[in-house]
Amino acid sequence: MSMNEFKPKIVAFCCNWCSYAGADLAGNNRLSYPADVKIIRVPCSCRVNPMFILRAFQKGADGVIICGCHPGDCHYTSGNYYTRRRMALLFSMLDYLGIERERTRLEWVSAAEGAKFSQTMNEFVEAVTALGENKRLEDLRCKE
Amino acid sequence: MQRVTRDVLVQKAISLLSAGTVDRVLGWKAGEFSYDVTPYVFKDAEALKADFVFDDFCGANFSKYLVKECGKSEGKVLVFLKPCDTYSFNQLLTEHRFDREKVYAVGIPCDGMADITKIREKAEGISEITAEGDGFCVKTLYDGDVKLTKEEALAERCLNCKSQKHVAYDELLGEEGEVIDSGRFTGVEALEAMTPDERFAFWKGELSRCIRCNACRDVCPACTCEKCVFDNPKSGVENKAIADSFEEKMFHIIRAFHVAGRCTDCGECSRVCPQNIPLHLLNRKFIKDINGFYGDYQAGEEAYSRAPLVNYTTEDIEPADAVKKGDGENA
Repeated sequence: MSMNEFKPKIVAFCCNWCSYAGADLAGNNRLSYPADVKIIRVPCSCRVNPMFILRAFQKGADGVIICGCHPGDCHYTSGNYYTRRRMALLFSMLDYLGIERERTRLEWVSAAEGAKFSQTMNEFVEAVTALGENKRLEDLRCKE
Repeated sequence: MQRVTRDVLVQKAISLLSAGTVDRVLGWKAGEFSYDVTPYVFKDAEALKADFVFDDFCGANFSKYLVKECGKSEGKVLVFLKPCDTYSFNQLLTEHRFDREKVYAVGIPCDGMADITKIREKAEGISEITAEGDGFCVKTLYDGDVKLTKEEALAERCLNCKSQKHVAYDELLGEEGEVIDSGRFTGVEALEAMTPDERFAFWKGELSRCIRCNACRDVCPACTCEKCVFDNPKSGVENKAIADSFEEKMFHIIRAFHVAGRCTDCGECSRVCPQNIPLHLLNRKFIKDINGFYGDYQAGEEAYSRAPLVNYTTEDIEPADAVKKGDGENA
């Protein structure tokens, strides 16, 4: 591998009750996903404030993915429904500002879907790697 | 639509003050220049007679002032509301931001307010502006008298007026108008039709002018948090970036997102922006999306309605489909 090969920084917000356990299952089953994915555990996908996403981009993330329970399966009954509305509006707004829409994603991954977790992450990292470095949403004041 | 005159408003205010219905009046007062009108709290008839103004530069939306003003005295405050202001009034009521019992709201008709920036584009070195027939006569230092029609000086938000109907008041002066369709999403649609690179270039050009004065936040009737996320001194982005780039986008995306579903599209943000950034294009994108994804919703149309972002259905659109929704129509 050459030293100059682009390795994206990916932030994955994972719901404690489903996707985080899904990531665990992927590990138990020896399914791999790229090491570029940094998982942040949240109590519910609904905990993800749109500002967290923009903040990650400001600080230099190249892609942000949010994983939550399938609609109808939220541990707190309805959290993921609110997430879905918020992210629909936020992603549409980012698109409106001319930000590549492949940099953000919302996926529903249950605790039993280790294979889906691994596959989703592989696909997402591949898509972001193809886009290259996030230049449009970075903020030099925040980058270290 | 016939506008009520300044004298009618002053008389109304004085009669309500002397009857004891209200003990102060939220109104407009001339600033240093005649076109630079400032909100002011009048306490007696003399002050009203001397300083109260009502003309084409009284754009300020008073709804937000009620949040603080209501706490200042036991008595009621008289407030004059234009149709678009009444939407913000209802929205603040929905959010329990002021006490309805302590306000006496008088609805006044509006046929659009003038934008001093537009007048400045046509007349340099303004020394005096007087209303003349259906337009203005602008005395300038360099070009003599410049005559403008009302249409030419009309603020952007008034060209795209959504309603001349008052949705809340205790008393109405003049005649009631109608909810109108003036194509307020045309600007958003034009942007949606561009390619992502063009859109990025457009917004970079607009938002890089931002000086982070926070005027849009301070004037917004939906922004009434006592502690604001943008005042956090540890965020690293609380001040203007020392760069002429696209650094202030987070401020603008989050500002618009925080009022999504609650923004009544009163247009105050664009009015006060010293850099003339078309901020309403961000708010209107959210309004257009909300209407498209979750059904038509006008914030403030009814008090105590449930905003779309604190609501859901099990069949809502997925974000991946939401971003593609505009593609088909504009491809």
